Order: sequence, then structure tokens, then C-alpha cells
Amino acid sequence: MQFMLLFSRQGKLRLQKWYVPLSDKEKKKITRELVQTVLARKPKMCSFLEWRDLKIVYKRYASLYFCCAIEDQDNELITLEIIHRYVELLDKYFGSVCELDIIFNFEKAYFILDEFLLGGEAQETSKKNVLKAIEQADLLQENFSSQSPHNCLSTP
Amino acid sequence: MPAPIRLRELIRTIRTARTQAEEREMIQKECAAIRSSFREEDNTYRCRNVAKLLYMHMLGYPAHFGQLECLKLIASQKFTDKRIGYLGAMLLLDERQDVHLLMTNCIKNDLNHSTQYVQGLALCTLGCMGSSEMCRDLAGEVEKLLKTSNSYLRKKAALCAVHVIRKVPELMEMFLPATKNLLSEKNHGVLHTSVVLLTEMCERSPDMLSHFRKLVPQLVRILKNLIMSGYSPEHDVSGISDPFLQVRILRLLRILGKGDDDSSEAMNDILAQVATNTETSKNVGNAILYETVLTIMDIKSESGLRVLAINILGRFLLNNDKNIRYVALTSLLKTVQTDHNAVQRHRSTIVDCLKDLDVSIKRRAMELSFALVNGNNIRGMMKELLYFLDSCDPDFKADCASGIFLAAEKYAPSKRWHIDTIMRVLTTAGSYVRDDSVPNLIQLITNSVEMHAYTVQRLYKALLDDISQQPLVQVASWCIGEYGDLLVSGQCEEEEPIQVSEDEVLDVLEGLLVSNLSTPVTRGYSLTAIMKLSTRFSSLNRIKKVVSIYGSSIDVELQQRAVEYNALFKKYDHMRPALLERMPIMEKTATNGPSETVQTNGETDSTILDTKHLPSISQPASQANDLLDLLGGNDVVPIIQTTVPTKPASAGGELLDLLGDLSLTVIPPMTAYNKNGLIIEFTFERSNPNPNIAVITIHATNSTEADMTEFVFQAAVPKTFQLQLLSPSSNVVPAFNQGSVTQVIRVLNPQKQQLRMRIKLTYTHKGSPVQDLAEVNNFPPQSWQ
Repeated sequence: MQFMLLFSRQGKLRLQKWYVPLSDKEKKKITRELVQTVLARKPKMCSFLEWRDLKIVYKRYASLYFCCAIEDQDNELITLEIIHRYVELLDKYFGSVCELDIIFNFEKAYFILDEFLLGGEAQETSKKNVLKAIEQADLLQENFSSQSPHNCLSTP
Repeated sequence: MPAPIRLRELIRTIRTARTQAEEREMIQKECAAIRSSFREEDNTYRCRNVAKLLYMHMLGYPAHFGQLECLKLIASQKFTDKRIGYLGAMLLLDERQDVHLLMTNCIKNDLNHSTQYVQGLALCTLGCMGSSEMCRDLAGEVEKLLKTSNSYLRKKAALCAVHVIRKVPELMEMFLPATKNLLSEKNHGVLHTSVVLLTEMCERSPDMLSHFRKLVPQLVRILKNLIMSGYSPEHDVSGISDPFLQVRILRLLRILGKGDDDSSEAMNDILAQVATNTETSKNVGNAILYETVLTIMDIKSESGLRVLAINILGRFLLNNDKNIRYVALTSLLKTVQTDHNAVQRHRSTIVDCLKDLDVSIKRRAMELSFALVNGNNIRGMMKELLYFLDSCDPDFKADCASGIFLAAEKYAPSKRWHIDTIMRVLTTAGSYVRDDSVPNLIQLITNSVEMHAYTVQRLYKALLDDISQQPLVQVASWCIGEYGDLLVSGQCEEEEPIQVSEDEVLDVLEGLLVSNLSTPVTRGYSLTAIMKLSTRFSSLNRIKKVVSIYGSSIDVELQQRAVEYNALFKKYDHMRPALLERMPIMEKTATNGPSETVQTNGETDSTILDTKHLPSISQPASQANDLLDLLGGNDVVPIIQTTVPTKPASAGGELLDLLGDLSLTVIPPMTAYNKNGLIIEFTFERSNPNPNIAVITIHATNSTEADMTEFVFQAAVPKTFQLQLLSPSSNVVPAFNQGSVTQVIRVLNPQKQQLRMRIKLTYTHKGSPVQDLAEVNNFPPQSWQ
């Protein structure tokens, strides 16, 4: 996977994970173009499209679009499963996740993604293990927080 | 100083902004606060501030002043700090930033941290965006972690290694020992990432590939266990056990089995098992089947397995799920070359996909349809493709038009059908046709001699309807220029001939010149067409007037043409008929587009008017006129003049190479002329690619005691023939039969009529000019039948 973008129906970016080195300007340009292209798609169309020399796999969950750019040799159908798995993880973590959860807890969304994917590939195929790791890391954070006088990052 | 506001507080506040300007104001205020907080080197709130900065960065605002702060957070001992610090690094500190390398030391320390979650952060960051230098520095640490028994770290190290290899391929070797027992792991995370690592190594190095082939049995076993094992709640997805791992194993097997008989055989059974047992009701199952099909097609599988794969794809094509149909079309496109017949069986389904609403599916279906066109299905397929061309999006039209032209050229059942197809494309998608199609089409039309009248009539009618589509207009004006005489004489056999006068034709062409819709290129075409009509029409004055007007055109190209054509009228009028006569058959060269083996015409080469060529050319031109007079004009097509032997031999040389194609049927030579010691013999060959062409080589010998110098041979044939004369070998026929002058004539005889020829000879003998005419009638039947 080269990158993953999450954006709302109005085109607002909620998460961006880049696995290839690109300048800020290029990232903005790609984001803008891709968001436009995907939002222009009709609901009945298939989840894949060719864009530049990449394959784009996208799926809409409620008000959020999950959009991945994969390479020629990657399997589009399993990428749909990857997207679905990520949504399931978010759902389990936040308890019936909605867009607002991801807006207000964007850093957590990143942490979860980084326990699931690394360098664009899945590092853990067990849902349970990913959630367990996040839970443990959150505990570590809590421990540190409770020791210091100030709460640097309060929980929601 | 009050504590900086919390992250969630900021998010809430910014979301209340009603306009972009209001939001910008809030952001600027907060950024200023954050900046001063950074300046104060406040450790306590750094984490909070950077988190807020990251949020604002996602909204699109600049955040570069937070880069160093991320570094400080990473260096902190607090886990919370590190978490946000590394996140900030991944978002703000990619390898293009100057301070990127400063991370290296921190990452190195964290890779050796006592807490695995800290190590995990470091591995993750390195594996997502480490630069080449960083990878070089830290590869050793990664390699160490690849050997750890901690599966949490091992799986991350494996993917980190993948990234290192991608950035610094030379380091691949150092990871080899650690891969030894990766596949014996029970942990699925490690298995999955290990397979990814092995795949990366095999893709990059043929040596690694051969080395890892021995893993095939182990991979097969793992896959088998996944399929056969019962329900495993941890890895289950809709009844399938760890589909992610299954797909990656299948992909690795594909790479290992490609081109290798033994490996392919070892995986045959498992592939068949996966292909038949996988549940197809959900996307997961189909994802695995898809990967299986790709693997079967790529390795040396037995034919039964291949048929199974294509049938799976056929079933996919009928699936309700668009995504499945899409991947089916993609895969079929990959296999159509190798398993053509099997894919043909699904042709009707594929053609139906042309009508799908989805753009991606339509494109795939179009590409596949072109791949499936052959001599048997061309008529039916073309109907569907033309219908598709009418209704498809503009993005498709160019590709579709080109594809149709190619297919028509290869499989056209008749010339008339071919021309009709071209006309249909030009009129429906004329503005999307590629620029290089225009010369290709012109060449095609020229070579379809018997269709000239029909073609020019149809093109003329199309022009009357619509002059906006430039490629159509260009081809049409070229044809009208060439075949305008056929147009006004109403000679069409194929359909009802239309009545059109010379003036009407010139009206149309002049209309193109002035229309705003015409591009400069198109204008050039129409001006030249008008000029050519000066030898085919009688309205010379009108044409002269048009040409002289454009002599002062602002467009430089048009101006040049007009000026040259003017000069042609004024000073070189005797050359005009020769220059503007019918184009010869064009040979398609290996490069692109047509090229002519013999010369110039008014369109391409204006060097004809270059003065230094003049003396040598003017003579044959006037002689051509003489010939026309002598032979009574009407039933003789003006010949194409030869050049003097000084013209580059390449043109003739090319043709002589083409002569290599000729068939070996022997046609008896004949003596065409024998007078005053000059004997001219004709030898014949029939051209292989085109049976309507007879190639005649003349051999002129001189038995007198003096050389015949300035020897020029000319020939004329009746109207139904076309003639090409190539450069002679020399223009001196030596005395006493000491040598001969040879020259090649090519005659196109599409109607297979009896060949007749009039020849004219001029030479200087013993100081005095000699000229003679003769008729040659006794051609052997094999030369023209």
C-alpha cells in the first residue's frame, strides 16, 4: 500500500497515512485530486478505479470514505478486507465508532492503524492481538500520566 | 501563563467556526500560543501542544515549526511523549526534511528499550518512513530483532526489514540468516510478515528466489493447515481462517512456481483444493480465489487446473458484485494472450460488460474486447464496438477509435466494409481520433484504388454535415484534393452518385479555410487540396485567386504554401501537372505512416522549386507534356517522372530490398524495342505482397560503336493502370554491349487488364540527339493476369 486516506462526504480529511516519501505539496495535490475523483463516483459503482499508475480501493462507511492506493501486483479484494478489518478495530475500540470519534481522537486512530499495518502491509492478522496491544500501550500511558502532576493528554 | 488548552477543547472550538476566515483566525491564535510555549521549553505541555499542532496540520495548515519539538518528545522518557513524538515524526519529518536524520540516535536507543511498546514505536517509525541513511545505520538492530523470540517484535522487525531492503537493496543479504526458521513460527502475525519479507526478497533477487524454492513444501503445508483446520475464532473471517495469510502465501507460491516445473507440481494439489473448496458467497472467499487464479495462470500448471481457473473467472463475470466482475475482467485481460480460446468462450458476457454503468468495468471490457477480435467475429464485434464508441465517455473515445482502426486494418472482411467503418468512426468520434491516424487513413484510402470514388463521395457528404471534427476534415479535404475529379464526374459505383459541381466543391474547401473551427493544420490541408484541383478541375481562375489571397496570410505555414503555389502558377506552370498528379501507392515502412518510394508532390516537398534542381528536371517535365499531346490525353494517366540518377539511391535501394519479396514464378522476358542498335529488354517479376503489381526491369544495351549518352527512358500506360518509374542505373549506354542501363518500372494493374505501354527514348549518339517512340504490346500474359 502506498497511502491511506480517510475523508468525509464534504471532502474534509480525517486521517492520512503515507507509506511513500512525498513533499507536502505533492501530498496536498494528490489528496485534493483523489478526494474529488472518489466523491464524484456514483453509489452503484465498483470500489476500484485506476488513477495515475496506481489502483485505488475505496469503501464508504456511513459518512467516512476509506481510500487506499495499492500497487499493480496487490490484490484489490483483500485490500477491501484490510479496510474492513481496520473499521472493525476502530469499532471495537471506540464502541460503535462514528466519525466524531475519529475527529476527536485522531491520534488514537493513528495508533490503532500503526498496530495493524506497518510500511503498508498487515503486521497482525488477529483482531484480538491488535486490540490487546493497544490496550497495553494505553495502560502504559495512563501509568505515566497518573505519576505526573499534570494530565498532558486527557482521555476523552 | 495559563495552561495551554487541551486537544479536545481546541478541536471543539475550531469546529464551531462558521467560515474559513474564522477558522484561520482561531488557528493563527492558537499557533502563536503554541509557538511561545515551545520557546519557553516547557516539557509538561509539549506533548499537548504537538498533538494540537498535528490536528491543525491535518486541516491543512503549516506545522513545520513543530518538527524539532517532535524530536524532543521522542527523546523524552515518558511513553505518552514518545507516542505523540513518533506520530508527529511520521507526519512531519519525512526524509525530505533536514532534521530527519536527527531521529536516528533516538530510534536506535528505543530499538533497545526495555519496554516492547517503545521498541514497537521505533520499529514502526523506521519501517514507515526511514531514509536510506537511517536504514543503513539501523539495519543491524533490525536484524537482531528479527531473531528475537518475542513475536510482537519479530513481526514488526520483519516488515521493517522489508522497508530497509526497499530503500537499500544491497543490505538484503544480511537478513538471509535470520529467515532460516521464520516459517516455523506458530504466530500468524510473524508468519504473515515473514511471507511478505520472503516475497520481497524473491522479487528482488533471482538468487534468493532459487534459494527459497525449497520452502515450497513448507508453504503448502501451512496453507493446507489453514484450510483444513477447524474454526479458529482468533483468525476467522466469515468462516475462512486467516484469509490475509492465505492470500500472501498464494502470492509467494506464484513467484516461486513461475517457470519451475518441480515447484509448480508440488503446489498443484493445494491450488486445486483451494480453488474448489473456498466459499464464494462473501468477498473474502473471492479474494482468495482471485489470488489462486492468478497463481494458477502464472505457474506451470497442468491444463485441467488452468481450465478450472478460467471457469472461476467466467463465474466471476456473472457475479452480481461489481467488484468481482471488475477483477474478473482484469484477470482475463492478463490471460487472453496465453489461453485465447478459453477466454473466447466468455466473449458475449464480456461484450455485455461494455454496457455496464461503471467506468472501470467499461474500460476493462473494452480492452478485453479488442483482444478478442479475430477474423471470425469481426463483423459482430465491430457492431458492438461502434455502438460503444457512440455512447462512451470522451476519455474512452480516443483509445476506442484507435483500437477500432487497428482491428479493422487486421481483419477487415472487405474494402468497402473497411472504408465504411472508418467513416463511421470519423463521423461519430472524429475529434477524438489520434493525430497519427490521419496519415494512416490516407494511406489506407490511397491503396484502396477501386474505392476512391465511393470514399470521396462519402467524405464530401460528411463535410457538408459537419466541419468541426478536425481529423475527419483533414482526411476529407485530402481526398477531395486527390479525387475531386471522380467526385464531380459522379462515378460512384457503390452507391447512388451525387451531383456536385466544381464550384460547390471549391465552396466547401474555401469554407474550411475561413472557418474558425479549422486548425492551422486543417487549413494547410484544404489549401493544398484546392491547389491539386487545379489540375483536375477547369475553374483555374478561381483557384488562382484563392491561392494568391493566402499569399499574404498571417499564418506562416499557409503563407509559404500559397506563395509557392503562386510561383507554380506563374513561373513553373509546365511542371504543375506533374507535381500535382495522383499519388502513387504508398508503401508502409517499418517506422510509422506511409512514405513514398518515388518523389515529390505539391504537399510535402517544396524543394522541387529549388533552383539548382531545375535544369535537370525541367526537361523531363516538358517531355511529359509532349507525351500527353502525342498520346492524345484522355486515356493516359500522366506518369510519375523519374529523377536523374543523382537523386539519392536510397529510394531505389529500399525498393530493391522489397523486391526480395517477389515470388519465384518465372515469367519469360521480352524484347520491347530493337532499333538502331539499341535493344531494350523487359524482365518481369510479380510482387508477393500485392499480386496486382508487376515489376518490370528494363535492360538497355547498345551494340553500336559509340556510347549513347544522356539516355532517358520514359513510359506511359493506359488509364486503368498506375505506373512508377525508379531511378535508372545510369544515363550512358556503353557501346559494343559493354554494359547496360537498367531501370525498374512498377505497374499496378488492379483490374488485371492486358498490359500495354508506350515508350519514348531520347539519347545523344555521335553528337546528335535521337528521339523515338514505340508501342509495346506483346507482354507475356503472366505479367498481367
